Amino acid sequence: MNERQYPIEIAWTDLEAIVGAEYIRPTTSSDMIDGLQPAKVIAPGTAQEVAKVLQYCSSAGLAVVPRGSGSKLGLGNRPQKADLVLSTERLNRVVEHVWGDMTAVVEAGCTIENLQSAIRPHGQRLAADPLWPERCTVGGLLATAESGTFRLRYGAVRDLVLGVEVALPDGNLIKAGGKVVKNVAGYDLTKLVIGSLGTLGVITRAAFRLHPMPVATATYSARVGSATEASRLVLAILGSFMVYTGLQVRASRADQFTVDVRFEGIPESLNDQYEKLVKIASEAKVAESPGDVWKARQQLFSNAGDSVICKCSVLPKQIGALCDGVFQQAKAAEVAATLVAQGTGLAEVRLDAGAPALMKVVNGLRAGVDRLDGTLVVEQCPPAIKESLDVWGTLKDAVPLMQQIKAKFDPAGTLNPGRFVGAI
Amino acid sequence: MDTLLVNEFRSIVGDAGLVNAPEQLRTYECDGLTLFRVVPELVLLPASGEEMQAIVKLCHRERIPFVARGSGTGLSGGALPVKGGVVIGVSRMNRILDIDLENARVVVEPGVTNSAITAAVSGRGFFYAPDPSSQIVCTVAGNVAENSGGAHCFKYGVTTTYILGLEVVLSDGSLVCLGGKTMDYPGYDLVGSFVGSEGTLGIVTKITLRIIKKPECTQTLMAAFNSSSEAGAAVSSIIASGMFPAAMEIMDKLALEAAEAAVHPNYPNCQALLLVELDGSVREVELLMEKVGPICKECGAWELRLAKSEAERMAVWKGRKAAFAAVGRISPNYLVQDGVIPRTALPRVLGEIDRLSAEAGLRVANVFHAGDGNLHPLVLYDRRIAGQEQRAMVLAEDILRLCVEAGGSITGEHGIGEEKKHFMPVMFSEADLDAMQRLRSAFDPDGLCNPTKMFPGTDSTYQKPIAYQPHPIELAGLAQRY
Repeated sequence: MNERQYPIEIAWTDLEAIVGAEYIRPTTSSDMIDGLQPAKVIAPGTAQEVAKVLQYCSSAGLAVVPRGSGSKLGLGNRPQKADLVLSTERLNRVVEHVWGDMTAVVEAGCTIENLQSAIRPHGQRLAADPLWPERCTVGGLLATAESGTFRLRYGAVRDLVLGVEVALPDGNLIKAGGKVVKNVAGYDLTKLVIGSLGTLGVITRAAFRLHPMPVATATYSARVGSATEASRLVLAILGSFMVYTGLQVRASRADQFTVDVRFEGIPESLNDQYEKLVKIASEAKVAESPGDVWKARQQLFSNAGDSVICKCSVLPKQIGALCDGVFQQAKAAEVAATLVAQGTGLAEVRLDAGAPALMKVVNGLRAGVDRLDGTLVVEQCPPAIKESLDVWGTLKDAVPLMQQIKAKFDPAGTLNPGRFVGAI
Repeated sequence: MDTLLVNEFRSIVGDAGLVNAPEQLRTYECDGLTLFRVVPELVLLPASGEEMQAIVKLCHRERIPFVARGSGTGLSGGALPVKGGVVIGVSRMNRILDIDLENARVVVEPGVTNSAITAAVSGRGFFYAPDPSSQIVCTVAGNVAENSGGAHCFKYGVTTTYILGLEVVLSDGSLVCLGGKTMDYPGYDLVGSFVGSEGTLGIVTKITLRIIKKPECTQTLMAAFNSSSEAGAAVSSIIASGMFPAAMEIMDKLALEAAEAAVHPNYPNCQALLLVELDGSVREVELLMEKVGPICKECGAWELRLAKSEAERMAVWKGRKAAFAAVGRISPNYLVQDGVIPRTALPRVLGEIDRLSAEAGLRVANVFHAGDGNLHPLVLYDRRIAGQEQRAMVLAEDILRLCVEAGGSITGEHGIGEEKKHFMPVMFSEADLDAMQRLRSAFDPDGLCNPTKMFPGTDSTYQKPIAYQPHPIELAGLAQRY
């Protein structure tokens, strides 16, 4: 599978001069990306070193894969080439936490859990719950723009980041945004790099806006017997006066759906919310649930080596239709399906079966989602499936513009070539 | 402009969409920042996306720079025409195209005003959250260009949080769709990159935005303090207690004087007034309001007034939102700035502003979004007095420098535009600015789209406004300018 020959001209000594020989190591099979094994892992110690490494690799024609912990390395198309893994493992500090301003500046290699632990003593949190927070790094969260269960109330990752520092392939280290919540000076390049999958630059640090930790939390769940009922309940909650911070639908069969709602606030107001929920749920019984139901997304990804996991985006009103579509297609192809959908209309679907059946269902689902004017991205799948489809979906008309932007920031195609939308 | 060319434009937009008469062109020579004026060659007011495309294609063919304009309420000169260029106004494209309440999405043409969106959905319990104080006039396309904020953005976020999709005409006249109705379109976040780009990357012809459910209950508290620092300390305490108010605004004595004279909101007579708005469920607001009062008192508030009814609340906010316009009652001219500082730096920076204004011999009225550290110092002066305008501009810039030193920004809402483009190097390095230019050149390689804004070193020639000439009757003391 891995046919790339590493040219002998790669002067590792030049890179050793930048980061120090002890911070370049050979790769093992655990460093593979979709069956490609890069030559080395390099771990710069400062943002300036990251920039210098990128500059060297650009001029030497090397392909670089930036990596935090690698928890989401499976995202994207198969790389066209991958010579070097650039690891942010040594850039792992919480640089500052100005709790009075509710902001924190964090290096890209810091894990989300380490960040949360550092700011918890002042009763604050980052309102994001990515997969495996003990592994997921700041850089990885930003580069993938992962969307979790707090999205509905607190916004996407892009709404939580005030500014970034980015190392560009030409060796420049730039800043975008700042450290304050209101800031419209210049272009919002922070938004450009968030979700860019490391194809424009390597994020070296980020400034976040934080939120107060809630005084109390409660999760309630209601079980219903059909997608239609689940949809009715979700829409009723969305249209109500309840102040929820999470709303999710879980199902692994067509006749059993669980709707979870999370409330946060002062204890007196939580009771008030519960009573409102019971009224709206009418016949469906509402019971309190443990907080770990919000880990359902993460459970989808455990032992998922041969599975396909798709992220579907539809309108909230279409969640019911999406659920029906998933289970119908899965049943027809004899594929096992599990689904976790958020009230935002973003749903993750796991499919388990042999490759041909999986392809059929994914293509069928994608066609269905396209008809709803939504999108379907394959977040995780066996490498072989990547040969037969574009994980990002049907190309929309903004792709040429995106390719132009890539050409301006990374003309040599140094960063993650081929992995992103439109084979960027 | 060459008659043949004018006729070619006319054939696209018709007489109704063309402004050519010299005195009419003068009305487009500036926006809300009246300090800089440039008369455009022509003003075009397309009625549709197709007309917009055709106009831009023609501009592209003839290499004519163009500047888009919403309602012209911008405060940084973003809609200032470019010499030798045209203005393309979006005000005739003012239809709300689709309202989808179940999915909380609305699709509008660019010329729809900000408050018209809320008005269209509020009967069913929704609202469009970003509420710049000019909202009854400003267009949502202008909001997109500036990434507008407003008093309620502390809790609800700024414009970029609410824009899901944009249909954009690029400078070569091509049409491109960015984002859409659903979330997380694969690829670069071009919607997020476009919002706040101040009309330099293209012109919007359609906007898909999110609306949100109105809270069950909203209450506004007014707290009177003896100083802005005390009011600022109360803001910090409220936030430290874990509460998340919908809005927190501070107005100082001068601003209060002006607002009272203009719209009579009947505020307490104090050195600094804090407005705190809490919203949520009825129960939650009741409980939180019980906590907010004592916090304010602890910080020195000597009077608390609660606006409970909708009418009372509207009156309180009318005074705040009219503040800029209201200073006309207490000063012939003013400059407003838009600096941001970390909230914790508020007391120190306010003290510094006091010192700087005393040194300059000019009054500064302060109105600010205390929750997010966004200051609006209104530098008051009289242009008729020699040197005052110059001193006012210097003072305004010193205040901005102060904000950057304190770890903030030179603009929280109003944008860079023409006004602050020479200030960009104070906040950004050459490499930072170069990276921004790369984005710009990807969207607009020919440099036709509002080309002289945002970045230093871009050519701009503009006329200073002509000094006011008093009428002989005025000079004779027989009439007064009111």
